[in-house]
Amino acid sequence: MEKNLILHVNGKEHTVTVDPATPLLYVLRNQLEFNGPKYGCGIEVCGACMVLMDGVAAPSCRIPVEAMEGRKITTLEGLTRSDGSLHPVQKAFVKEQAAQCGYCLNGMVMATVALLNENKKPDEAAIRAGLDRNLCRCGTHTRIIKAVQTAAKDS
Amino acid sequence: MKSLTFNPQQSRRKFINSLGCLTIGFSLARPSWASAENSLLEDTLPGSLRRTPRVDAWLEILGDGRVRVLVGKMELGQGVRTAIGMVAAEELDLNLDQVEVHLAETGRTPNEGYTAGSGSMENSAMSVRYAAAFARQKLLAIAAKRWNKDPETLRMVNGKVSANGSKEAFTFAQLLDGSQIQDEVKLPVKLKPAAEYRYIGKAIPRTDIEPMVRGEAVYVQDLRLPGMVHARVVRPPAYEAKLESFDTGSFNSPGLLKVVRDGSFLAVVAADEYQAIQAQERAREHSRWSSTQTLPADRDLNSYIRKLPAKSQTVKNQGNTTPLDQPDPRSLKASYFKPYHMHGSIGPSCAVALYEKGMLHVWSHTQGMYPLRDAIAKMLKMDLEKVHLIGVPGSGCYGHNGADDVATDAALIAMAYPDKPVRVQWMREEENAWEPYGSAMCMDAEARLDETGKISHWRYAVWSDSHSSRPGGNPNNLLAARHLAEPFAIPGARYSGGGYRNSEPYYEIPNLKIDAHIFEGPLRVSSLRSLGAYANIFAIESFMDELAVLAKRDPLEFRLAHSTDERAIAVIKKLQSMIQKVSTGPDEGLGVAFSRYKNSASYCAVAAKVAVDKVSGTVRVQRIWAVIDAGETVNLDGIINQTEGGMIQSASWTLNEEVKYDQEHISSRDWTSYPIMRYSEVPLVEVAVIQHLELDPLGGGEAAQGPTSAAITNAIYRAGGKRIRHLPVRPEEVAG
Repeated sequence: MEKNLILHVNGKEHTVTVDPATPLLYVLRNQLEFNGPKYGCGIEVCGACMVLMDGVAAPSCRIPVEAMEGRKITTLEGLTRSDGSLHPVQKAFVKEQAAQCGYCLNGMVMATVALLNENKKPDEAAIRAGLDRNLCRCGTHTRIIKAVQTAAKDS
Repeated sequence: MKSLTFNPQQSRRKFINSLGCLTIGFSLARPSWASAENSLLEDTLPGSLRRTPRVDAWLEILGDGRVRVLVGKMELGQGVRTAIGMVAAEELDLNLDQVEVHLAETGRTPNEGYTAGSGSMENSAMSVRYAAAFARQKLLAIAAKRWNKDPETLRMVNGKVSANGSKEAFTFAQLLDGSQIQDEVKLPVKLKPAAEYRYIGKAIPRTDIEPMVRGEAVYVQDLRLPGMVHARVVRPPAYEAKLESFDTGSFNSPGLLKVVRDGSFLAVVAADEYQAIQAQERAREHSRWSSTQTLPADRDLNSYIRKLPAKSQTVKNQGNTTPLDQPDPRSLKASYFKPYHMHGSIGPSCAVALYEKGMLHVWSHTQGMYPLRDAIAKMLKMDLEKVHLIGVPGSGCYGHNGADDVATDAALIAMAYPDKPVRVQWMREEENAWEPYGSAMCMDAEARLDETGKISHWRYAVWSDSHSSRPGGNPNNLLAARHLAEPFAIPGARYSGGGYRNSEPYYEIPNLKIDAHIFEGPLRVSSLRSLGAYANIFAIESFMDELAVLAKRDPLEFRLAHSTDERAIAVIKKLQSMIQKVSTGPDEGLGVAFSRYKNSASYCAVAAKVAVDKVSGTVRVQRIWAVIDAGETVNLDGIINQTEGGMIQSASWTLNEEVKYDQEHISSRDWTSYPIMRYSEVPLVEVAVIQHLELDPLGGGEAAQGPTSAAITNAIYRAGGKRIRHLPVRPEEVAG
């Protein structure tokens, strides 16, 4: 049973007609065609699907899209400035070459943005805590820590 | 010029020097060496190039001044796309942004088999190097003829050829009048000397990371084709379970477009992805399966696999090891075990397939585009030309994961639901439960020291299942093919070499016997990064550590005492200097290990510092250092990135991972039941590279897996006195 819902994503309003129980991730990827949040586990334990919900980094793979009406959603794409330039966190990940396969990168970047909003100069322990919900299988962790530190410095 | 006295072990290519009786191995890339010797050297081109010798199979000259490189390899996160671009840009003197790399696609790129075994630099990059260098020669020759000048007086800069002192310049496309270079690459080919490199050997940023941070469509998971529908497969509850009943007529689910059933292969198709997921769950409830097989869940896996019927072979027999049968105070014996490990890709496998106008197109992240195409074509009884596989990167796979199987699923469903692209996304539990694992293995080691404290006798046995069930053109290796009404049975003949990879220690030992026993185990297996090397090096390097203690020697000095290969000695010595100032407090330990991958590829020495909680048995790996010699490193940062990654991945395998199963099937279905390392646990890692631009590239992606494991367990010993021989490391074994 479909419903019309209005979602606020990356500063714009989108109307979607979907089953309101559909997890936000699928609506973002399929109806709205965003690539940022990715399917990793479907049960909120890997972080690949993270978006910002009112500035807080959260998984999108389980929460029903209906619950997201009225909330401000930011995806990875939404970090890029309107003139095409990169957000300091995006820039830092490129500078530090903090990716191997890059699949976890979305979650890592979104979690980093949220972390730096809370804590402008996190130490290593705070970075680890801030990214603990994000899994990486390629072992890029050390570079990602460097990217967070670079982003903190350049913000 | 660096010293060029190599020992034959150092290079992969062997030549007969006609001026002497020496068999020397060295790199092809040194024209100055060749001219100095002036010898009749028989040369061979790299494997992939020999197979596909035409230049235009590898390089397309574009009208806008750029060059497109076609390779049969896949981007797995190892940065191969950037590295190959660098090689072409180097030989053709292009800017890096003037080169684009087109990944494996059947009928479009060369067939380079699999992106595996750390072979991409040796094969693919070297093929591109020769093709590009040959193209350069050809382009200069054409320009020389046009201007009636000596090619040596011409310049090639950023895609344009000009004569010295003249302003007139031609682009490559102009020189070729818009056509391509159809010549076959033939020796001699003049390669750019290492001293003139602009890019090779430097840390060059990858071109694909910025698109990733921007959220551009990068992965197979991001494909959105017009009219695309979503499908899910209802997997059996066990390997051999059969679908007994599914009433298609009475099955209903919102948005359901089609049910596909062929024997025990059952899939559902819907327009919306979430509808497909719901249909999958409902269909699972609606279906009845029978199963006769049980997994040996109640048995200790270590003793179970030792008792399985096995094919035995002696891998090496040198001197006489029977004295080991006599007890001796300078002898030591130990047994080691490694469980099944999962690839554990963060992004479960995905594929899109479209069957229209008699052609089947499949978008896949498989490591082997052509072998998969062949296997799928055979399964469907189609001509090879009617099956088209397009490589699109997926999430890191680290070997043969679910990529080939999901492509098979998509192909089968597309054939039953033609004219619309069908996207199949494996769910997390499917990937975990059905991917082929890295085999469980047991290793027995025995050795004796002589009066000087050197190893005189060494005996080793390894038990392992196969390390490859890759499609290889054979539908019997495709998961869904086994479940069809007319099934393709699991093949009997299996690749056994992987099990004894690195079973021979890379040390000077006069009396040596190595036996391998290959069994058919209870779980599905295939290639996982480094194959048998991880377990063999874990055992050998743990055992070397135990022998070093027996010999009362520093563990690195003990290894050096048994090493004659200069490059092995160099990485070990460099590691020594890296960890010289590392101090350890109470309950902390520093452990070391070394190996040469395949005894012929990259050299890697690793040190790990751990902290042990003697009460709880928790082990925290704080830091890991590695030194790697991978010969010529095309992209310096690529090698560092891959080695860092291998160290962390190996640490996770060693401390946290084992595939669990019950009587019916795999129970490690998610990240809670198979906990790969999180940020709270991962060590910081540091890599030093010993570069040899004058040597062959050795491919470094798998070099760190083995030594990292032993470095960690050796560190645990030195932190608390407990020898860990059974992986994963268990707190109860570490605690007091």
